Amino acid sequence: MLVIVPFGLLFGVAGTEAGLNLSEVMGFSILVIAGASQFTAVQLMSDHAPVILVLLTSLAVNLRMAMYSASLAPHLGTASSWHKSLIAYFMVDQAYVLSIQDYEARPKQSLQQKLAYYAGVCTPLCPQWYVSTWVGAVIGQAIPPEFALDFAAPITFLAMLAPAMRTLAHVAAAAVSVIVALVLAFLPSGLGLLIAAGAAMVTGAKVEVWMQRRRA
Amino acid sequence: MDYYSKPEIWLIIIVMGIGTFILRYSFLGLIGNRPLPEWALRYLRYTPVAVLPGLVAPLVIWPSATGGAFDPPRLIAACTTVLVGIVTRNVLAAIGGGLGALYLALYLLG
Repeated sequence: MLVIVPFGLLFGVAGTEAGLNLSEVMGFSILVIAGASQFTAVQLMSDHAPVILVLLTSLAVNLRMAMYSASLAPHLGTASSWHKSLIAYFMVDQAYVLSIQDYEARPKQSLQQKLAYYAGVCTPLCPQWYVSTWVGAVIGQAIPPEFALDFAAPITFLAMLAPAMRTLAHVAAAAVSVIVALVLAFLPSGLGLLIAAGAAMVTGAKVEVWMQRRRA
Repeated sequence: MDYYSKPEIWLIIIVMGIGTFILRYSFLGLIGNRPLPEWALRYLRYTPVAVLPGLVAPLVIWPSATGGAFDPPRLIAACTTVLVGIVTRNVLAAIGGGLGALYLALYLLG
């Protein structure tokens, strides 16, 4: 839960560093409410990437949420559309991880109990995101350039990545992503990254299949 | 942000908001209770580690703050972040370690 506040602060700071005003920074955190993709969009916008590439790349970061949606569907799929819309809007990483752990540990709960748990998880999480973004955006403008806050976003990305290096497939995907992105850096901003991400996803999936075969 | 017009900035925010909502709502609502095929899950699993490293690598090698010139303090900070992250498996510790290394290196080398 503590992780939300520093991320929100850093996003507020990174957004203002990139030249967004307060309402635009808050627009991101309230309408999109997905940290990694917001950082991605802001970074590509500071590189002056074309709008379509900003959108494609930052939405690609959120593809994992379709996976969350699929894994919550057996538990929450029978809720009303109105409830499901709220669930979807608040589906941040932490809300998903905590809820699915609870549902898998106690699958016999009623839909009402499962919805109550989800709401209980989101209530403390999501307001922190809005408020800390706002604080970051306001104080970010007051921080002098000596603090090298341009590098806050890259450090945040790297920090989020390290714990994700769970298997050889994850490491291989990350390595391919880095190499292809650097090699294709001469392409218009964002295009090389999109190709690198595609190549890395294929690499991850192939290495996973290869590791399963080897184990079998 | 002078490069994009105000409507373009809001277009990005709103389309990302709608797109992200659709991804989150997808299987919960529109597609029903059918589970995703295994091959699709296998690709989706790798999206964060496929996108983020490629995004961050050029920023580490050619930082915007130095006009794209190679910068040892930023490279040291990046390596420290990854190392602390791998050792502690803790995102906040990694951010703290990275920022600490950045300021120390900027102070000593900059």
